[in-house]
Amino acid sequence: MSIAWYLALSALIFGLGAAGVLVRRNPIVILLCLELMLNAANLALIGFSRMWGNGDGQIFALIVVVVAACEVTVGLGIIVAMHRRRLPVDVDEMRELSG
Amino acid sequence: MSTLVFFIAAIGALTGAIGVIALKNPYYSVLALVGHMISLAALFLLLRAEFLAAAQVIIYAGAVIVLYVFVVSYVGESAPTVGQNPGRMAALGAFACGAALVVELFIAVLGSGLQAISHDGAPYVAGFGTPAQIGTLLLTRFLAPFEIASYLLLVAAIGAVTLARRRRGLETGIEGRPPTLELADLLGLRPQGTGTMHEAGGAVEVVEP
Repeated sequence: MSIAWYLALSALIFGLGAAGVLVRRNPIVILLCLELMLNAANLALIGFSRMWGNGDGQIFALIVVVVAACEVTVGLGIIVAMHRRRLPVDVDEMRELSG
Repeated sequence: MSTLVFFIAAIGALTGAIGVIALKNPYYSVLALVGHMISLAALFLLLRAEFLAAAQVIIYAGAVIVLYVFVVSYVGESAPTVGQNPGRMAALGAFACGAALVVELFIAVLGSGLQAISHDGAPYVAGFGTPAQIGTLLLTRFLAPFEIASYLLLVAAIGAVTLARRRRGLETGIEGRPPTLELADLLGLRPQGTGTMHEAGGAVEVVEP
């Protein structure tokens, strides 16, 4: 399989994730869609790593996994804090931070 | 053979991605994400990234998904859906944005004129993508990013505990105002005895302000 196929798949997954972030209102599902986008980027990075026969892209992908884990932890922490306050768990209702 | 595996895994990954954004119940979305992650791990194996495939399954399909499931069972079902659903136009607009992004990426990648993307990649060298190679790279050339990533994880863990900590006495809002999440909550300005392990064990009498 040529690398172009992997890049095309990565672009499709990224587009799906972006559409999901725009269309869903539950913050948990928005975080899941962010995971989709990060995974698409990982697929492209690993594809390029294979293309050059160089391990650097894989290290980059590993760091992306770490950053994604941090983002999930903090994001879910915020969602739990929202729930504790009886705030609606719905991004359309949370307008205060947008100024 | 690798073509067949690629298409099966690609269809799995796309189905999982569509499932994440289309299913109404957050539990099912999380489950769809597991399928997506496992398909992606198969693709990583095809790209000779053995260590990352294993890490993907263990970290994502294992640890991160467990976190999601806990939070969904704590929050998800009770999430009130106030207001009306986003209209058809909004959904169509979102998918149009996604489609535009995909087209743009296709043009960027295929129009880049890179010769190498239409080949199978560099010749395979034994040991590429194994834990040994990744470990050597992490501890030699990429030592600084490796250490910074560990600090980032530490900061994220402490931040999540601070954010999600139990704070009794602050849940109903102050003097009739609707409850909000404020900076003071994060800085520890809270009633005496709340937000401690002692309180979680039920050992502290909370003094109502």
